[in-house]
Amino acid sequence: MLTFLALASVVLLGIVPEQSQAIVIYTGWERHALVGSDIRLSCSFFSWRWTSEDVTFSWTYRPDGSRDSISIFHYTGGVPYVDNKGPFRDRLEFVGNPGRRDGSILLKNLEFTDNGTFTCDAKNPPDIVGRPSSVRLLVFEKVPIQAGVITGAIIGVVLGLLVLIVVIYYLMRFLVARRVFSLSVSKHGKKKKEGSQQRQGPVPPADPSKIKV
Amino acid sequence: MLFILLGVLILHLIILILLFVSTAVSAWSVGGQKSTDLWYNCMTNNGGYHCKPASSEDWIQAVQALMILSLLFCFFSLIAFLYQLFRLVKGGRFFFTAIFQILASVFVMCGAIIYTVMSPDDASITQFGYAYVLAWVAFPLCLISGLIYIVLRKKE
Repeated sequence: MLTFLALASVVLLGIVPEQSQAIVIYTGWERHALVGSDIRLSCSFFSWRWTSEDVTFSWTYRPDGSRDSISIFHYTGGVPYVDNKGPFRDRLEFVGNPGRRDGSILLKNLEFTDNGTFTCDAKNPPDIVGRPSSVRLLVFEKVPIQAGVITGAIIGVVLGLLVLIVVIYYLMRFLVARRVFSLSVSKHGKKKKEGSQQRQGPVPPADPSKIKV
Repeated sequence: MLFILLGVLILHLIILILLFVSTAVSAWSVGGQKSTDLWYNCMTNNGGYHCKPASSEDWIQAVQALMILSLLFCFFSLIAFLYQLFRLVKGGRFFFTAIFQILASVFVMCGAIIYTVMSPDDASITQFGYAYVLAWVAFPLCLISGLIYIVLRKKE
């Protein structure tokens, strides 16, 4: 199945004309973070071409409620240029690997004013036609628990304990019966020390031919 | 003997219904235009009736879980009662039924206590709703029912 898919994709690669190839950029959809923490915004792209040496990454930031976006990061000609005048000066670091098509940035010491939309645009010449991708950053004072997580956890744990207790109870009963049985096999002929309530009938004393293996 | 059996069974069903209504209905806190409860916080504004899910706080999720668990355990105990009614040896006690019923009453108690302690002290919310009252009523009934099951013996 996998080989068929690989073969089909290679065939399509040959058939698809060059004009319809476009670069596809991937970032997250939404990121949650605590105030004061660091967050890594990832950006990578897919392109039919090999990664060129003139690959560029650029990040722009648009605060919540604002219409203007400002540019905060640009990578070109093998050199990353970080924001040194805007809201992220001294808080932005480039942690990506352009050779591996990774243009991620690290934002340090987040503040509430950092809520907004971050857009990543990557270009891989000659493959430059593509749509920039955006990730929304939400900075919280306390990370909210998703609805129903605690409910489900408590219910699951209690029901699980219930099942466990029932299983252990039946297992103990079964094991005790087993142990009594194996005791009589190993000591072939000696009478059992425990009572014979679990056995169907009376145990014949000292009769190895009747003991089942 | 048959009357006792019937009485115990009816009590159990009443407790089950009380727990179900208390868990499912949204009326744990009412006060004028605002009603909050286990599942939804609803507000009557000029524009209409707005509801949003109440699961944003940690403690309300614990109360939700405890109420659901008590309902489940009461239901399990009913099934165990019916099962043990037909399968128990003569003279035996209804232990499984009693254990489940007592656990259910403990869960309702914990849920109601957590809700009482942690419910918000807004000025607009004046009093507790009937679902809250039902939960508190169900707790002693459930406990009594569980104790009855411990004492009950199966006769021939």
